[in-house]
Amino acid sequence: MFRNTYDSDNTVFSPQGRLHQVEYALEAVKQGSAAVGLRSKTHSILLALKRSTGELASYQQKMFRIDDHVGIAIAGLTSDARVLSNFMRQQAMSERMVFNRPVPVNRLVSAIADKAQWNTQEYGRRPYGVGFLVIGQDQLGPHLYEFSPSGNSYEYYAMSIGARSQSAKTYLEKHYESFMDSNLEDLIRHGLHALRETLQQDKELTINNTSIGIVGPASEHEKNVPPGGDFRILEGEVIEPFLKTMIPKEGAESGTAAAAPAADPQPPAAGDEDVQMGE
Amino acid sequence: MSSLNDVAGPQQRQFNPYTENGGTILAIAGTDFSVIAGDTRQSEGYNIQTRYAPKVFRLTDRAVLAVNGFAADGNMFVKKVKQRLEWYRHAHAKDMPLHAIARLIQTMLYARRFFPYYVYNILGGIEDDGSGAVYSFDPVGSYERETCRAAGAAQSLVQPFLDNQIYFKNQQPAPGTSFPAHLPLPIVLKLVIDSFTGATERHIEVGDGLEMYVVLAKGRDLSGLEGIVGLQELSTKSDGERIFVIRRELKKD
Amino acid sequence: MDHFPTNWGRPRNDAFDAYATFPIHQRPSNGPKDAFSQGVQRTQQPIVTGTSVLAIKFKDGIMMAADNLASYGSLARFKDVQRLQPVGEYTVIGAGGDMSDFQYIQSLLDDLVVEEFTNQDGHGLGPKEIHEYLSQVMYGRRTKINPLWNSILVGGVKDGQRFLAYVDLLGTTYSASTLATGYGAYIAQPLLRRAVEGREDTLTQEEATKIIEDCMRVLFYRDARSLNKYQIATITASGASISDSKALETSWGFAEGIRGYGAQTQ
Repeated sequence: MFRNTYDSDNTVFSPQGRLHQVEYALEAVKQGSAAVGLRSKTHSILLALKRSTGELASYQQKMFRIDDHVGIAIAGLTSDARVLSNFMRQQAMSERMVFNRPVPVNRLVSAIADKAQWNTQEYGRRPYGVGFLVIGQDQLGPHLYEFSPSGNSYEYYAMSIGARSQSAKTYLEKHYESFMDSNLEDLIRHGLHALRETLQQDKELTINNTSIGIVGPASEHEKNVPPGGDFRILEGEVIEPFLKTMIPKEGAESGTAAAAPAADPQPPAAGDEDVQMGE
Repeated sequence: MSSLNDVAGPQQRQFNPYTENGGTILAIAGTDFSVIAGDTRQSEGYNIQTRYAPKVFRLTDRAVLAVNGFAADGNMFVKKVKQRLEWYRHAHAKDMPLHAIARLIQTMLYARRFFPYYVYNILGGIEDDGSGAVYSFDPVGSYERETCRAAGAAQSLVQPFLDNQIYFKNQQPAPGTSFPAHLPLPIVLKLVIDSFTGATERHIEVGDGLEMYVVLAKGRDLSGLEGIVGLQELSTKSDGERIFVIRRELKKD
Repeated sequence: MDHFPTNWGRPRNDAFDAYATFPIHQRPSNGPKDAFSQGVQRTQQPIVTGTSVLAIKFKDGIMMAADNLASYGSLARFKDVQRLQPVGEYTVIGAGGDMSDFQYIQSLLDDLVVEEFTNQDGHGLGPKEIHEYLSQVMYGRRTKINPLWNSILVGGVKDGQRFLAYVDLLGTTYSASTLATGYGAYIAQPLLRRAVEGREDTLTQEEATKIIEDCMRVLFYRDARSLNKYQIATITASGASISDSKALETSWGFAEGIRGYGAQTQ
């Protein structure tokens, strides 16, 4: 790792006008496994790649429910994410207590962005080591936001964060124009394709390593979704029908993507370039 | 309006943070179902404030809470309980079991022992073992599990009726037979309706509308609910406990 | 007259101001002092008060009315007070009870609306949200035993939905298609119910105005703390408007024929 003269305190600018600690925090986000978010006129969705420390271990949690209408996917330090998601839950509950309405998604994102910004300015603090993709629906329809430790937040049609997210971004940039009018199944398929781009060679998306988060009306493959289309996280066997809709990658042996899902446990990530997050 | 005769020495008006908003609630447990009901009139003194103010609230797919007493306290209490249940969902990714909600309510009520929520609570629903259950509370948190309970303005009219019809108090079984511990759903619904029409007839604070929540245990069929007009399902899942609400009119005079 | 028969026929205590003719002042007392009397004093009674507020639902929205009087006990103290106030784009509130507490509530709501406005994100507060907020404020203050001594109606239209609800110093809330606070709850509410219930979706603005006017007139005849100068607020999908003060058409010719009061016993 590099080290600079001006990087030990996050409140000190470098002569180039940079805050090194903040930039290191952005690196922490890139250490986490990838998460992808997409939006259509009716839905916002999240897809995330879960890591496991080994065959004996469970998979990490990549998604959190904030309220009926909001959910997040994370990349970076899970413990920082828990603190921030707890704060978001409090904000959402307080909006319901005081105004009896679901908190507008943009305000929720601004609230954590402001919190993160303060950590980049005040002496004796450190930036959060985690980035979020936030999806939600409110009066103005479905939304997708990115939040990053620098205190920035932006709204997107589609976005990806985490390890190798640039590959997913390249896919999304190529296809995003079709997302707005997509149905949920197509949107998820695009999301899975984008997420697949972040995998290393010889890895597959499986029912074990993939999480899907949705707000918006139910898919034909879903059961027990409330009519409002509340945020829900799909994991395990229920995502199999979605994995099956994936089109095998060009150059890959045909059928592997569709056939693989059930089995294929991940080998331990030791020696992996994706550094394991502290948990 | 307060009594004019008990004034002694210099006196001042002082603020009374409580009032009483009338109405009555009631719940009955069956073997694999629970019925929780309340009228919808809200009053203060001789004024009917509104003909529709719900006193019965769905908490989860298997728990329903009825609150009666001071309406502002009741609404706030339900809101706080719902938020505690939401935190439980965040932490455990499932709904809180009924017996745990009962204990939660007792804790929340007793936390305000010296400035109580002036509210009588009745919690009804399905336990983890699939049995119908009713828990009743006093305003500071004493509670017990029962088969049936009425509370509120017409408690003194309804409870003796239920004691007689549900617990068979003051009745002798026919020789060689015994009374059932639980009644079937159609009979329970009839008793609830009779309780409220009776209370409406004899108590000025009861009337306008009736809301009956029915919670069915997991896997139970809908027998007893067929052909009921205005039956509305509120459950979020089709393969767990199911909740229905039945709305009826009561006399408005 | 007391509407609780249990209070009838009991000796009247002159120290007790049963008719609320005047705020009760603290007088020096030589009696035993209780241990808490030196503590913080909280509101125990309203001082300058407004009387009834009326509101109904009609076809296109909500109509609300209140007169322009703020009384000091039985003294008609301020005769040009506005008791209806728009809040944001979709809502009007009307208040009875203590007018200084109402002005404080107005300042709270002004702050809230400014804060909402600065967000500029299309999530403006509707009548539902404002009512919930007010309820929390009122209930919070009653829980501190330091109430804001008002009963308030909140009405409005947002996203094609009409909303009309009540909140008072205890935090008690309710909603109905006709509402009336204070003396109006006794005198006007029955008239409003007869005129409006079941006709909420067909009443025109003109019909609604007529109903409100008639009730305000009855209240002026019957409520000693009322004034024949009042305003009407109309909230529809196109926004809220509050009329200029209007005078009520009243006729007192019937008074000539009344016998049995005061000097006129023949």
